Amino acid sequence: MPKDINEVVGRREDARFLTGTGRYTDDITQHNQAAAVFARSPIANGIIRKIDVSAAEAMPGVLAIFTGEDFTEVGGNPAGWMINSRDGSPMHEPKRPVLAHGKVRHVGDAYAAVIAETPEQAQDAMEAIDADFEELPAIVDMAAALSGDDYVHDEIGTNQCFDWGWIEDNRAATDAAIQGAHHVTTLELVNNRLVPNAMEPRCSMASYHPATEEYVLHTTSQNPHLTRLLISAFVLGIPENKLTVIAPDVGGGFGSKIYHYGEEALVLAAAKKLGRPVKWTADRTEAFLTDAHGRDHVTKIELALDAEGNFLAFRTETMANVGAYLSNFSTATPTFLHGTLMAGNYTVPNVYVNVKAVFTNTAPVDAYRGAGRPEATYSIERVIDKAARELGMDPITLRRQNFVKPDQYPFASAAGLEYDSGNYDALMDRMEEIADLGGFTARRAASEAKGMWRGLGINAYIEACGIAPSNLVGVLGSRVGLYDAATVRVNATGNLSVMVGAHSHGQGHETAFPDIVADMLGINAASIDIVHGDTSKIPFGMGTYGSRSLAVCGSAVVRATEKIIVKAKKIAAHMLEASDLDIELKDGVFSVAGTNSSVSFGEVALKAYIPHDFPITEIEPGLEETAFYDPANFTYPSGAYCCEVEVDPETGKVSVERFTAVDDFGNVINPMIVTGQVHGGLGQGIGQALLEHTTYDENGQLLSASYMDYTMPRADDLPFFHVDHSQGTPCTHNPLGVKGCGEAGAIGSPPTVVNAVIDALNSGGKPVTHLDMPLTPHRVWSAMQTV
Amino acid sequence: MYAFELERPGSVADAVAALGGEAQPLGGGQTLIPTLKARLAMPEKLVSLTGIAEMKGISSEGGGLRIGGATCHADVASGTLASYPALAGLAAQIGDPAVRNRGTIGGSVANNDPSACYPAAALASGATIITSTREVAADEFFRGMFDTALEDGEIITGVRFPVPQRASYQKFAQPASRFALVGVFVAQFAEGVRVAVTGASGDGVFRWAEAEAALSSNFAPEALDGVTADASGMISDLHGSAAYRAHLTAVLTRRAVSQAH
Ligand SMILES: Cc1cc2nc3c(=O)[nH]c(=O)nc-3n(C[C@H](O)[C@H](O)[C@H](O)COP(=O)(O)OP(=O)(O)OC[C@H]3O[C@@H](n4cnc5c(N)ncnc54)[C@H](O)[C@@H]3O)c2cc1C
Repeated sequence: MPKDINEVVGRREDARFLTGTGRYTDDITQHNQAAAVFARSPIANGIIRKIDVSAAEAMPGVLAIFTGEDFTEVGGNPAGWMINSRDGSPMHEPKRPVLAHGKVRHVGDAYAAVIAETPEQAQDAMEAIDADFEELPAIVDMAAALSGDDYVHDEIGTNQCFDWGWIEDNRAATDAAIQGAHHVTTLELVNNRLVPNAMEPRCSMASYHPATEEYVLHTTSQNPHLTRLLISAFVLGIPENKLTVIAPDVGGGFGSKIYHYGEEALVLAAAKKLGRPVKWTADRTEAFLTDAHGRDHVTKIELALDAEGNFLAFRTETMANVGAYLSNFSTATPTFLHGTLMAGNYTVPNVYVNVKAVFTNTAPVDAYRGAGRPEATYSIERVIDKAARELGMDPITLRRQNFVKPDQYPFASAAGLEYDSGNYDALMDRMEEIADLGGFTARRAASEAKGMWRGLGINAYIEACGIAPSNLVGVLGSRVGLYDAATVRVNATGNLSVMVGAHSHGQGHETAFPDIVADMLGINAASIDIVHGDTSKIPFGMGTYGSRSLAVCGSAVVRATEKIIVKAKKIAAHMLEASDLDIELKDGVFSVAGTNSSVSFGEVALKAYIPHDFPITEIEPGLEETAFYDPANFTYPSGAYCCEVEVDPETGKVSVERFTAVDDFGNVINPMIVTGQVHGGLGQGIGQALLEHTTYDENGQLLSASYMDYTMPRADDLPFFHVDHSQGTPCTHNPLGVKGCGEAGAIGSPPTVVNAVIDALNSGGKPVTHLDMPLTPHRVWSAMQTV
Repeated sequence: MYAFELERPGSVADAVAALGGEAQPLGGGQTLIPTLKARLAMPEKLVSLTGIAEMKGISSEGGGLRIGGATCHADVASGTLASYPALAGLAAQIGDPAVRNRGTIGGSVANNDPSACYPAAALASGATIITSTREVAADEFFRGMFDTALEDGEIITGVRFPVPQRASYQKFAQPASRFALVGVFVAQFAEGVRVAVTGASGDGVFRWAEAEAALSSNFAPEALDGVTADASGMISDLHGSAAYRAHLTAVLTRRAVSQAH
């Protein structure tokens, strides 16, 4: 374990981000580059009757026009996870083509692409394409989609992708527990759809070299190796050794840039056809319409309790919108990232979850910061709060009574996971202290004196991060392994390049990862750089999502560095004429135990590359090691959150006055980065709870398709955050003892905020039991009118 | 964006001369440029007004204020702080610093967005819109959503504001755009009280006669007890129903009265 954890280190990547000298895909311009623009469906559902490109082809600067016809021979963009329905049948997996063919299935679905000398010329020509659609009724509402007989994909004859039960064998016991329970609290809720809104829109640029048949794709990706794999193995069939995927600086992803998108395949095909580099850059409208959205569940959850308030069962029925096509992780998100967490932090013995995934004529939905776990936490923590109110119990007491206790680890949850470590009471204790719950009554009185209603909301969460053990996810249907890889290269002059599979797009890997190596070797972190985001330079990687970078890729870095130490000791032993078993490494110096004979790390590095006197049968020249790390289990961050809100009884406007987040992330390498990750997650979670309102009308038009109507959280929507990670219980199975912090804020905060608003409304004499997010002023005011 | 020509005249006369044919005036561009970027308009020529010195600045005139049509919101916010604080407060709440340093009062008034702030100030103050050819009372100028008395080629060169005894602008921001979901400007003059409401009506900014009558006899929040705004004709959208907007109209009017100074 690194010894200088908790030492605050500034982020080295910030020098370029804050001075505008980052290098994003759109910043890269190649000689002779052409521009691609996509023609996108204006309607949600329709048959393509005609696409006449003749006028467009004759426009100035036009080089080529592609339609769905050009890609009938290539493969579809696949789902990465096979889910079986309760009856054992495999999920429906309709083809997701590069360009729509036969039918358009959501507003923004690309049906043609124009390549021209300039983006403006491509745009002009795109507008000159004469396309004719026979508009069909839009399938937007999930319940209607399941009961109706219009289909998003006619060939599968249903809008239900799968009907999944978890754990099916627990269904009867859960039903029985609910039937016989002293009290059952039922809650129907909507987990609102979110548009990811990365600051940098998607952008892809491809080039092709005919002499070598090599392609290079620069693209906005959290996951360049997976993108290469999908393009090579499924979509275009380009051999992996002929395709380099580079994700340079990426301006945020939040999940939406994990996936392979058709635009990437299109620019590759166009670059080959034209023999010229081709670039496409999304505009903000395209981002709204076509980036994979998040959440969008409609859920009914029941909590059964005995007379003492002990939890007996959680039973959940969810409809999960997958949109018009299956995005790469869309089938994993509502199932294994959601259902497996439905026991929460609790010793509840019975859990059953049913998820129906539904096709609709809307943008594809996939993992978005938290991915499944926010949905689980929101359902659990809202229904517990409702139960506490119904039973007249204190919501903290009720939770504590049912918490898994520190002496119960490893704990097998009723939803099928084995929690390795945690201490939920300690988190709650610390939260109560920092949030000054004792002072709440006085603060409520002060709010009331100015005519405002004050509410207190609390929440406990657990999530599964460090995604994920390959053997486990393989059993669960994943078509990929979820290990990661690192190569540590010690250069002859003693500095290091560390090639890592995890891509950094705001997470601070360029600062945190070198610290791990520096601490292990006892050398200065400034002499270590990481290399990421380029498939030609790094061994392999499964990308950045699921709060996995440090827990999985960081562990690979540890393993590779351990190998470096083993070999370096052999070299040192040779130099010192001792046995490598007697060599000790301390503060960057190798010495023979019990003597004062030593060599520095730099001397060993130089010797590795100038091996004039090496015993070559025992030691190879060079000092470079690679490790692949596959985790033994998920990691289980957890937390206790608290929020105080004020509600304006006249307007329904909610303002978040105080927010406390106490998280258990295990060991913390760089506290500043961790705090920043929590802040970002809280901003997004509070955004989901109060502001972000993705709205499709009955025709499948996205009404909230710009910042004029889609409310992003802004600094003045957020209070000062009290963030604490002092109560960490180390992960027991990875070498760093870390758990992952990237998503926690977005997972823990939505129920905290909603619980607080419900509390405020009740304190004001409005017995509202539930409100669906986002709690806009209009929604809150409307609820006050109806009770 | 489609290609266009740009002219930057130095006088109102040159601007008017440049505005023949398919030309369009360009103020701060905070509305027009996004429209062009989305290819929703295709003017052949833009005539920029922000280089015309005679259209900029704030001066006292006949007991009131005259604000040049090309004066940006930030300059109004700082320049009327002492002379007309309610107007300064309104300008200071428009958009963000970038918008306030570019967007102009003339552009806002000419555009007459149903959720814009300045139309409420102009109407409640009984302002006069000064154009390149004439002067039009605010009561005659705002004709409905995005519709005004302006003729083609006519430029707003300034707005003349009488300064009330007391006034306040209360804006309830639409959460996403932060334009007014509803905004109410209340202005008390010796002759009576004027109340203008923006954001609420499908016909754009309007005067709320019942509130004006009640407040003219008693300028106090209680005077509005039992006075309700009519929800018919009000906007319903994803940010609020007509009933909600009618309710906010009353709440904000009351708040404006209690905060007027
Ligand atoms: C992010 C953002 C937030 C905003 N928030 C608010 C807000 O809270 N409240 C609010 O009221 N507004 C808001 N606005 C709008 C802003 O105030 C604009 O500046 C204003 O509406 C238009 O002024 P402009 O000078 O930018 O006009 P332009 O965009 O240049 O022009 C707008 C229209 O008016 C015409 N025009 C411009 N000047 C004149 C003139 N002198 N005479 C005749 N015609 C003219 C143009 O031809 C065009 O049709 C916001 C804008 C943005 C981008």
